[in-house]
Amino acid sequence: MSTSATPATRGPQPREVRESVVIRFAGDSGDGMQLTGAQFTLETALAGNDLATFPDFPAEIRAPAGTTFGVSAFQIHFGSTDVKTAGDDVDVLVAMNPAALMVNLTDLRVGGTVLLDVGAFTNRNLAKAGFDANPLENETLAPYQLLKFDVSKLTLNAVQEFGLSQKEALRCRNMWALGLMLWMYGRDRKATAEWLARKFAKRPEIQKANLAALNAGHAFGETAEMPSHVVGYTVAKADVGPGVYRTVSGTEALGWGLIAGAHAAGLSRVVLGSYPITPASPLLHVLAALKPFGVVTFQAEDEIAAVCSAIGASYAGALGVTSSSGPGIALKGEALGLAISTELPLVVVNAQRAGPSTGMPTKTEQSDLYQAVYGRNADAPLPVIASCTPTDCFEVAIEAVRLATRYMTPVIFLTDGYLANAAEPWLIPDVEDLPRFPVAFRTDPEGFHPYVRDPETLARPWAVPGTPGLEHRIGGIERHHDSGHISYDPDNHQKMTAARAAKIAGIANDIPEQAVELGDERGALVVVGWGSTYGPIYQAVKRVRAEGGAVSHIHLRYLFPFPRNLGRLLAGFDRVLVPEMNNGQLVTMLRSTYLLPAEGLSKVTGKPFKISELADAIRARLEG
Amino acid sequence: MTTVASPTEHLGPKDFASDQEVRWCPGCGDYAILKAIHKALAELGARRENTVFISGIGCAARFPYYMTTYGFHTIHGRAPAIATGVKLANPGLDVWVITGDGDGLSIGGNHMLHVLRRNVDLKIILFNNEIYGLTKGQYSPTSRRGTRSPSTPQGSVDNPVVACQFALGAGARFVARAIDTAQAQQIEVLKRAQAHRGTSFMEIFQNCVVFNDGVFHGFTDKKVAPAMQLHVEHGKPLLFGAARERGIRVRPGTLKLEVVTPGEGGISMDDVLVHDETDRVLATMLVAMEPPALPVALGVLYCNPAPTYEDDVFAQARAAGEPTADIGTLLGRGRTWTVS
Repeated sequence: MSTSATPATRGPQPREVRESVVIRFAGDSGDGMQLTGAQFTLETALAGNDLATFPDFPAEIRAPAGTTFGVSAFQIHFGSTDVKTAGDDVDVLVAMNPAALMVNLTDLRVGGTVLLDVGAFTNRNLAKAGFDANPLENETLAPYQLLKFDVSKLTLNAVQEFGLSQKEALRCRNMWALGLMLWMYGRDRKATAEWLARKFAKRPEIQKANLAALNAGHAFGETAEMPSHVVGYTVAKADVGPGVYRTVSGTEALGWGLIAGAHAAGLSRVVLGSYPITPASPLLHVLAALKPFGVVTFQAEDEIAAVCSAIGASYAGALGVTSSSGPGIALKGEALGLAISTELPLVVVNAQRAGPSTGMPTKTEQSDLYQAVYGRNADAPLPVIASCTPTDCFEVAIEAVRLATRYMTPVIFLTDGYLANAAEPWLIPDVEDLPRFPVAFRTDPEGFHPYVRDPETLARPWAVPGTPGLEHRIGGIERHHDSGHISYDPDNHQKMTAARAAKIAGIANDIPEQAVELGDERGALVVVGWGSTYGPIYQAVKRVRAEGGAVSHIHLRYLFPFPRNLGRLLAGFDRVLVPEMNNGQLVTMLRSTYLLPAEGLSKVTGKPFKISELADAIRARLEG
Repeated sequence: MTTVASPTEHLGPKDFASDQEVRWCPGCGDYAILKAIHKALAELGARRENTVFISGIGCAARFPYYMTTYGFHTIHGRAPAIATGVKLANPGLDVWVITGDGDGLSIGGNHMLHVLRRNVDLKIILFNNEIYGLTKGQYSPTSRRGTRSPSTPQGSVDNPVVACQFALGAGARFVARAIDTAQAQQIEVLKRAQAHRGTSFMEIFQNCVVFNDGVFHGFTDKKVAPAMQLHVEHGKPLLFGAARERGIRVRPGTLKLEVVTPGEGGISMDDVLVHDETDRVLATMLVAMEPPALPVALGVLYCNPAPTYEDDVFAQARAAGEPTADIGTLLGRGRTWTVS
């Protein structure tokens, strides 16, 4: 916790000032930790802090209660300064049961605060969590500030009057803990109260009980029932530009970006073909709720039908979109080849997860880069782009639509489990400032040939069924470079293979030159990243630069083709370090493309990089 | 290609035939089907610009290249999924899916199941030749048990799927059958399929002259055809034979069909079943009939319309709220706050 010495007074008790804080709510997967975290996030955003979140939940929907593999956690990092990661070390751990403590204690910084519900520390729960001895009775928690209350009992007392069953009443524990945390950081409860009213509109007694638990937790802090060493804190508003803000998850930003992209392209309909898969399903849910914006969602029978329906939709003049995660993208491979060879626009979203095979579906990784760039039979190039933060998903989605429609090509858009689920505040962009790239459907039969290319983009015309005079046939069989008729002519295949490659390579001339995110354009060391490693890399580079280290940060949005100046830019550095949440994929692409001795830094634990581990790696390179 | 037919101009069968050289084996049943479809479209007054043929992979899948309509030759088994996407983007198009027994019932069996249960407004024509032709003669999912082929030199040991049984089981609302060379009947069935809203599933027995020649001769050969073909008609008794002297009835006390001769052995016309194309149970029994004990049922075996998938999808979209293209509204929904 970044600490300032200045004490502040607020309310009846003095509050200490903190620059930024990391809180992790952890409990059973049935304890409502994700909802608790989301509400704390909303109240924190409304209080004007910058923030980043990291939901971390198990694959099991309801694992056996009290087990370590059933622990669900939600981490939020908020502050008065620029917050770019969900935080390295946890300042405050809220552990609703022994299993949550067992799993999460290692991430709590020494001196950090841990809030425990002693009512849940029964012998049975301790045994299930794997504690040999009760940590409340030995030195396990000595390095931390301990807040141990019987939250269970306090909650039961608070909700007694509503006549709930014991089980229902105990389900309000999360609201009690939330209330206390909201008090501790001087947060409002209004948005949470409104949310409870909406969520439990049909069950007023549950709504009232939850509200009572929330208020009880808050009052517990407010009315000096707290130990004397525990005080409230103030985290000042972040210094952000003026405008209208909201919180947004990566998935929401992505879905809205697709709609905005279709709008920018002048397309009135978006058809999402998708099959449920973790962690990509939320996009299907987000878009399914946006039908008035021209969205049709199709939950297909499988991944192949999902991509094929999207291809069919694009063929018929809509924006076809398909979304999945790595295993599903693998199944879509053949259809992507069809979209490449028939040269139809398509946006393919891959919310990457840890693999291979089923791997760890709820854990984040960025190990599908090879798959995106190389993972199809034959010479089948397509553009690959990635977003780096939840809010960045909006802009990248629009860019995916632009590339797909302008170049008549499928585009793979890589996100990951972290980006899909994490949320952050967002300055809502002015609609007037959004790009415009209207597509022109071919309508003129005069001189129409389905595969005659635009001289600038090398894209073929988009001629949709229903247009008189443009009736033509397309398909996956190699076709004549002009008429589109089936052709097995050897020279024609050479020509078409080259044309498909040149079209995608040419995109490098239609995207911005790569900029340096932080630091100088040449120097001793550059750290090159892509995707959701943006936050930790940026902060690590910033930290080492503050110490005087000559290090820069480059973060790639365009992974295929690379920006046209990237080779030149990287050549200006003595060393290139490429941290990735995979076993080294971008690093080999950079090495093979630019013949430079880039060095990889791999992390595949299912957890994001920490700023500290990257800073250590950077220092080691600068010293070496 | 640049000639645009005016909306009122009548198109003849040849107007639907492309200039591409047809590359099926000489004598292939596909030629007859192609011709029948050209004629059916002309008789239906179809518009080229509004008609889309979508195929998967296999001999039959070359079909779109021989049409002057819009055409999409896709990948193996996936035509129903692509066609579904086309209809979700533009429900006004008249979309035909051309598939085969391998394409539609093996590699694409899953899509066939789901497109039928959803009842997307498509015409699906399954060319059944009981063999893999394009890959040179391996047995297919409709091949009869014991079929000798390069991949089953001792004969196949798996049981065949009956295409129309599969379709009915999946919830198809229109199931019909025809024989490749029986053009007049085929055209009638194609026209009925086109008129039906929802998925029309049509199986055409198609003779592969190279790898499976004569596999259907047991009921298509002129000599046996009258005795082995039952052409059904809604509201008419199930009669067949050279003089329509034989009929189909339910054997009393069972749920089995049998052949009877009205006027003989105390059987009257009243015993003969009358075809009711809205009766799924009857359709299920008819498609299961097999020679030599029973004739093969042909024609519109089941037709019982229900709301289409896309009708319901777009009805839900309308019910979800007033359509808008206002991106500002989209981004500003929910809780926001202002920093000044």
